Amino acid sequence: MSVATTTAREVTRTVSSGRSKDKNVGSLVFLGALWFSLFFGVMVLLVLIVDTAIKGSPRFDSELLSNYGSIVRPESTGFRAGILGSLWLMLFTALFAVPLGIAAALYLEEFADKERWWNRLIEVNLQNLAAVPAIVYGLLAVAVMALMGFNTTGIVLGGAIALALLILPVIIITTREAVRAVPQDIRQGSLALGATVWQTTWRQTLPSAIPGIATGTILGLSRAIGEAAPLVVVGLAGSVLFDPTGVMSEITALPMQIYSLTSNSQEDLRTAASAAIIVLLIMILGLNALAIFIRNKFQKTW
Amino acid sequence: MSTISSAGAGPSSGTGLPAAPNLRKKSRPGEAVIRGILMASALLSVAITVGIIFALVRPVIDFFRDVPVGDFFATEGTHAVLPLVAGTAMTTVIALLVAVPLGLGAAMYLSEYASQRARKYLKPTVELLAGVPSVVYGFFALTFVTPTLLQDILSLKVGFTNALAAGLVLGVMIIPTVASLSEDALSAVPQAMRQGSMAMGANRMQTTLRVVLPAALSGVAAAIVLGMSRAVGETMIVTLASGSLKNLSADPREGMQTMTGFIATTAGGENAVGSSSYNELFAVGMLLFVLTFIINVISIALVRRFRQAY
Repeated sequence: MSVATTTAREVTRTVSSGRSKDKNVGSLVFLGALWFSLFFGVMVLLVLIVDTAIKGSPRFDSELLSNYGSIVRPESTGFRAGILGSLWLMLFTALFAVPLGIAAALYLEEFADKERWWNRLIEVNLQNLAAVPAIVYGLLAVAVMALMGFNTTGIVLGGAIALALLILPVIIITTREAVRAVPQDIRQGSLALGATVWQTTWRQTLPSAIPGIATGTILGLSRAIGEAAPLVVVGLAGSVLFDPTGVMSEITALPMQIYSLTSNSQEDLRTAASAAIIVLLIMILGLNALAIFIRNKFQKTW
Repeated sequence: MSTISSAGAGPSSGTGLPAAPNLRKKSRPGEAVIRGILMASALLSVAITVGIIFALVRPVIDFFRDVPVGDFFATEGTHAVLPLVAGTAMTTVIALLVAVPLGLGAAMYLSEYASQRARKYLKPTVELLAGVPSVVYGFFALTFVTPTLLQDILSLKVGFTNALAAGLVLGVMIIPTVASLSEDALSAVPQAMRQGSMAMGANRMQTTLRVVLPAALSGVAAAIVLGMSRAVGETMIVTLASGSLKNLSADPREGMQTMTGFIATTAGGENAVGSSSYNELFAVGMLLFVLTFIINVISIALVRRFRQAY
């Protein structure tokens, strides 16, 4: 056997497996560094959760959920107002953002002519809106509230407007992906039977896309529920001592209460803030689990 | 990042609906009305952008009636904004020093080394970090990173609030942003280029670093720029961990207020609508919006470039 043949065989083996050259020191160090980057975040997250849980453990009791905030009795302060406030905010945020987001997404996917300049403008604008800092949406909500003539700050309406503006791009983008995943055959079948574009969209495309839309909406809400920055700007209080009663009701929210207690010097209040963070993380985890459940259970594959 | 990856992926739509010319002959006012309503909803997104600009412009004009422009863009004084810009720059740079290597490393592993199945589980794991609320990160920076990590373990002489802790935690928060979009860019590099490199005798590390990474450079740059935009606009971490005092300093161990931190602290106080400090809020907000807007436009342009490359 000639030398050339042997070399050729060697090269082929190396190339086809692609691995024999990966065993040198440099490659292994590189691979180790990649592994480290991949799991660094998870390690930080673990440290964060464990550290917070340990700090908050003295306050894992029912008073944490049922009491209002109290500076006078910091050892039994609670987050009832914040939890209820956050739930109210989520309800109205969803009411504002979901119909609008779905309508916009349906227009862009099913009706819009992508060659027109105004539709391209909407596209670029959406990408940009998704990256606008959350706190700027707070400023916008303040301006909208002033425009509508509301003088009271820190109410459900203002907070919900800010959060709805914040998650609108998220909902539009995820809805578009869900609608786009519906096969063309279904639309064509419907159109062939004489349905109009809107009838096709309403009776065929939209129902098929609902699991995807629901998943996206819940993920958007799970982002909104932890957001504090726009709420600070809208003027939500760090603590209120009553349950929300309506859209005009003054409220606080769970992340707002955590924020106001974090910078407090009383040890008991910080402990309570740690415990509240665990509650907030559980709420977010719950929402994400729900989104994954819906996706796995109802998502159709064509 | 789903934001950007959604733009060009998938089959074309909208115009993709097969035209049914015979239906057009019949007038259907209902269809037109619905189409109008849907279009109005889509246009609302543009209205929001215009709204942001209008909401910010009026108080800003009022503000500059009271305060000379020179006092605003100054390094010291009550209305000086440059210390805030410097604070934002400091925390952002620290954040990028953390997030760029780690995010890029994670992206390279996911795109070049992980099997299809491993990627399915590892990618959501990396993205977990993006789901944690920023106020929780802020609390973590203030109660763990500064006292335990920086002061006890690394025995650095840092203040109670400092830019270093804020920047480090901010960096962890934007790892998923950098990793996710970089991974999209790396995966978009054609397989033929990897095969060509392997055929020339390069191993996987050489292929990744010298062929795939340069080929995906504009996409990776877009990811970094988007991460930067997140870091500039992030509020709660820097408000809690980086302090609430304007401080023009090059020492990351000191506390320094950022633009977002200023807005959050000032808005949290009591400012009468139309007062000078209320208007200053909007002036800083405007500057923040313009800065992130420019950064986002650069990022979108870069993404468009890497999509067109192959």
